[in-house]
Amino acid sequence: MSILVNTETRLLVQGITGHEGGFHAVQMLKYGTNIVAGVTPGKGGEWVLNGKIPVFDSVQTAAEFTGADASIIFVPARFAGDAILEAADADIKLIVCITEGLPVKEMLQIKRAISHKDVRLIGPNSPGIISPPFTKVGIIPGSITKPGNVGVVSRSGTLTYEVVYALKQADIGTSTCVGIGGDPIVGTDFIDILSHFEGDSQTDVVVMIGEIGGSEEEKAAAYVANHMTKPVIGFIAGQAAPPNKRMGHAGAIIEGGVGTAESKITALKNAGIQVAHYPEEIPELIKKL
Amino acid sequence: MRLHEYQSKEIFANHQIPVPRGRLASSPEDAKLIAEELNRPVVLKAQVLVGGRGKSGGIRLVKSPGEASDEASKILGSKIKEIPVRRLLVEEAVNIQQEIYIGMTIDRDSASTLLIASGEGGVDIEEIAKMCPEKIARVCVDPLLGLKDYQARNLAAEIELPRPLWRSFISIIKGLYQSYQELDATLAEINPLVITADGRLIALDGKMIIDDNALFRHPDLVEKRDLSAEAPEEIEAHKFSLEYIKLPGDIGCLVNGAGLAMATMDIIQHNGGQPANFLDIGGGASAEKVAAALRIILQDPQVKTVLINIFGGITRCDEVAIGIKKILDQIKTDIPFIIRLVGTNEKEGREILASANLETADTLQEAAEKAVQKSLEYAP
Repeated sequence: MSILVNTETRLLVQGITGHEGGFHAVQMLKYGTNIVAGVTPGKGGEWVLNGKIPVFDSVQTAAEFTGADASIIFVPARFAGDAILEAADADIKLIVCITEGLPVKEMLQIKRAISHKDVRLIGPNSPGIISPPFTKVGIIPGSITKPGNVGVVSRSGTLTYEVVYALKQADIGTSTCVGIGGDPIVGTDFIDILSHFEGDSQTDVVVMIGEIGGSEEEKAAAYVANHMTKPVIGFIAGQAAPPNKRMGHAGAIIEGGVGTAESKITALKNAGIQVAHYPEEIPELIKKL
Repeated sequence: MRLHEYQSKEIFANHQIPVPRGRLASSPEDAKLIAEELNRPVVLKAQVLVGGRGKSGGIRLVKSPGEASDEASKILGSKIKEIPVRRLLVEEAVNIQQEIYIGMTIDRDSASTLLIASGEGGVDIEEIAKMCPEKIARVCVDPLLGLKDYQARNLAAEIELPRPLWRSFISIIKGLYQSYQELDATLAEINPLVITADGRLIALDGKMIIDDNALFRHPDLVEKRDLSAEAPEEIEAHKFSLEYIKLPGDIGCLVNGAGLAMATMDIIQHNGGQPANFLDIGGGASAEKVAAALRIILQDPQVKTVLINIFGGITRCDEVAIGIKKILDQIKTDIPFIIRLVGTNEKEGREILASANLETADTLQEAAEKAVQKSLEYAP
């Protein structure tokens, strides 16, 4: 068992004929992901990836013809918001947006618009999801992970790679790794993913990788204390960062004391979460459990 | 991207928000002329993108055109927090009875825009927020519905604004929200919004920050971007789309990804060193971009060691290695380099650098240890 994705997932790739989309579609296919369709408006009817995957003009038709139930988005930032809404409107249940650089107000609207639909959005600005050894819906290199019982959830991209790689070096495997995205407004938060890991029979330990800014980690800490039975190991990036470049008074008034590395680490520790000082300490802490 | 006060006020004025009469001056003669036109006491305000202008002498009240010219010549060309003052906003002075705060920004918790108001505005608004949070009124705006009249009215009531001013206040809040929406701002603020002695509301100072991700919709603003108000190395970084922040330490860092860049700084500190900068080259960086990043790091006289930490995904280690080699061929330096390349095309990258005789590391911890060691040994 894994969370969110598995070998049954029928994936479509929005932006499959683009540079990034094309490259990563090949990587995902090689890894074993069940890609059933691509979408590029204006290129419907073409076949890509050595003639294996049909391209459609719209998500709606792609879903009708192939039964796709998940989508990954690689289209450029200024079209990505539209792509998310198109997928949600076609009732795609899982939407993973890799694209970074979406205007934040567009995300506010998207988040609100899809909130009453039965749709899960991961990202934007996410490295996606990987569930070794056969399924990846994202750009995390397959070679740096191995199958195992540790669930990983993170707000970062390459820092996530660093952590799963450190686990692999220590001969510890990953059940599923989810990058929820580094933007201020994302579709799915830590708590959502933590609750999935709590219910996942393959996951015995969870690693949560946070960053300074916002209060997601503080809220997740409270959730762990009250609702989780599985051990959680935390890491917060940005302990050496100077106080956030100030966003005027309004930001400071809203956030008050929360959002700093210190506040997050304290919240995690108070919730009984062990906090690593640096990424490579995470496998050591897991082995001591 | 931050807008200057005068830019924000131009936008406010276009959205029916009352602002003091006045214009921009770039010489003492201009300042004198504007003061003559206004024919009353004026305020000179340095247009720099840093907070605390008033406390640093960047704001002066003057009584006559002659005085305006004298004071303007003192402020123009002076520096406020290292940034040279090139322009002044010359405005009519206003008789202030009360200072109010209004602002709006993205609230991550509610995933909406949060409007904030307080009957006690002015420079110490953050102190008030900390000490007496009950004096700050808040309202969340639904991103799909937008701001509604009743929400603005509720703010007016909550900050105990005199009723005769409600109409004007609601119009100002709506104008500010429209400015914020139309310009894709992540912050719009009037502080202070003042009640004048003759019972009017006027926006005395304004601040707006535009979402960099939405700048493609505002080419006119990009043209007006004021780079002179930013630090030179940050301008250079901006040119290559690098995220660079100068820090007080002596270990220069070059990393791909913001989270990993922060974690690299953290581990340097954990090993007893201090990072000289935060630098994120982003995903899929070209050799040129890597070279530009290294040039910025090596220009910093404080740097005693350079730590390069690349975890290749979209970024290719061989491309990074080509960039490193290019710079080492161009710039003769005895500053030690510690390099860690992992991930996509790691082997090819290492081969390119093998001839350059550089120190490498396998793990992040080892890289940090070596960098701290080298920075302690280094004597130029």
